[in-house]
Amino acid sequence: MSEKNIYLPYLMKVEKITIEAPGVKTFKLKFVNDEDSNSFNFAAGQFGEYSIFGVGESTFCIASSPTRKGFIECTFRQVGKVTSALSNCEEGSIIGFRGPYGNKFPIDQWKGKSLLFVAGGIALPPMRCVIWNSLDLRENFKDITIVYGARTVNDLVYKHELEEWNDRKDVRLITTVDPGGETPDWKGEIGFVPTVLEKVAPSSQDTIAIVCGPPVMIKFTFPVLYKLGFTDENIYTTLENRMKCGFGKCGRCNVGEYYVCKDGPVFSGKQLKELPDEY
Amino acid sequence: MSIDKHLVRKASLEKLFAVLKLQGKTMYAPLLRNGKISYEITGNFADVTIEFIQTTQSAKVAAFPRTEKLFNYTKDKEGVSVKDFDPNSIPETVVWGVHPCDAGGISPLSAIFNWDYKDNLYNTRLERITVIGFSCNKADEYCFCTSVGGNPGGVAGNDILFTKLGDSSDYLAEIVTDKGKALVNAAPELFEAAQDVEKEKYLADVPNRFNREDIKGKMEAFFESEVWAEQSMRCLGCGACAYVCPTCACFDIQDEIHGKNGMRVRCWDSCGFSMFTMHTSGHNPRDIQSQRWRQRLMHKFSYMPDRLSVYGCTGCGRCSRACPVDMNILEHLISMQEIKK
Repeated sequence: MSEKNIYLPYLMKVEKITIEAPGVKTFKLKFVNDEDSNSFNFAAGQFGEYSIFGVGESTFCIASSPTRKGFIECTFRQVGKVTSALSNCEEGSIIGFRGPYGNKFPIDQWKGKSLLFVAGGIALPPMRCVIWNSLDLRENFKDITIVYGARTVNDLVYKHELEEWNDRKDVRLITTVDPGGETPDWKGEIGFVPTVLEKVAPSSQDTIAIVCGPPVMIKFTFPVLYKLGFTDENIYTTLENRMKCGFGKCGRCNVGEYYVCKDGPVFSGKQLKELPDEY
Repeated sequence: MSIDKHLVRKASLEKLFAVLKLQGKTMYAPLLRNGKISYEITGNFADVTIEFIQTTQSAKVAAFPRTEKLFNYTKDKEGVSVKDFDPNSIPETVVWGVHPCDAGGISPLSAIFNWDYKDNLYNTRLERITVIGFSCNKADEYCFCTSVGGNPGGVAGNDILFTKLGDSSDYLAEIVTDKGKALVNAAPELFEAAQDVEKEKYLADVPNRFNREDIKGKMEAFFESEVWAEQSMRCLGCGACAYVCPTCACFDIQDEIHGKNGMRVRCWDSCGFSMFTMHTSGHNPRDIQSQRWRQRLMHKFSYMPDRLSVYGCTGCGRCSRACPVDMNILEHLISMQEIKK
């Protein structure tokens, strides 16, 4: 019984904290043990369990790109018990992390295609991982378009990176805020993500659409994508079902015969159709 | 392997219990406490009861404890240090007095804990458990093992199965596995040569009430039906059904800390609770109780057979007995055979 205890987290040091938006922070985490750091690998789309000892665990995606080694990043909103405790961490604090879990975005299969990223609010973090992953392998893809919206200007996360993407010639970035969420100097779009997506109408020719957002956004975005000519085979999303173990035992993310933690969290539009509407 | 059969006198059961206890085995057995019978650790055979139709809690607790330590840690100003849990500290255990519907629960539980990652904690506990079962010589209106592939004298999951031979004080002992053989070897004098007995006539009569493959098909065809809402109208979402179930394996992971000493544990949970699936945002994929009732039944009768090739119900009837608002799973399953909308 010398097998490693799967529930035992890596110890991680909070290297850097970035305040992204009201209540939203990004942690840059480094492995306390170098051996762990050297042996750790993950792929874009995977997630983990982040924990505060004495409080509990919480599930988020790994928001950094696997092309950037030696650290991982997570972005979370302070809402419940664990995220509040995480939010109270300072640089230098030690937290737990176990993972990576779940499948990945099939980024290898997207070689030579254009990519369209559509994200809403706090759902940019799971997409940021695959955005940077593809930007770091930029020559593998044709056009890269990012449509990102939040309720208000203040709620847009990764503001520095949005600027960086905006300045790049090889990325087309469209940002939008919900009506009423704009500031006087706001230069982006005003309107809900699906509406803005339809307006900016990126080509569906040879293009993969990657969508992530609150369920209501997903619900209204898929029909727009169909209208633009995308098919279920060319649309991917990542689901956010509640999880505890991360490896198909605790039963929490079970939807139909599938486990979001094992069969997902990344699903194609086609796979999504096989799931009962419980996500 | 062929099943060896022996005859064991009633007085020998106590001796066998004592021998196993003397070997240092942790003995789980059904004890009557405050009007409820549950599997608990005991060293005293006189406290053990096997005269019951059903225990309140299932024997699952021995392989999958209600709350189970994953690891310890200390947390103070100096930082965090983690102390792993050593599975070798799990003792050799005998679970005594298990009915076939609980022993039959091992197969679905093991399927869940092993379908992808092989859960080391569960497997270590199970490896160290010997199951001594007792056939059922009585049943009640809640029992339906025969409708879900079991029977009141089923050997599956048992290492040794005893069947009481009518009003005599003798038991037929069926030695089902190598673990069972090892127990026989510990006290061979207690296991006498068996006469030619037909155990079926000593078993409880549990009528077959439905065909589970039919029920599976109905559930899948009527996923959107109102039948789920009709059946669960009075469900309180208390989760009692999951806590008494021999096959429910859903769990939560929690931290418990006192001062600087803490531990992370996994503990039973229920898909019947509204919080079970609720997202941080407040969005809940199974927002109403009927969806949660459907999940409970479909997980056992459709998703598990599809994904794990095993049904998640052994017909023990505990969920019906425990339900505070008298939702009877057997009645609901039978009525599902009739649904047409």
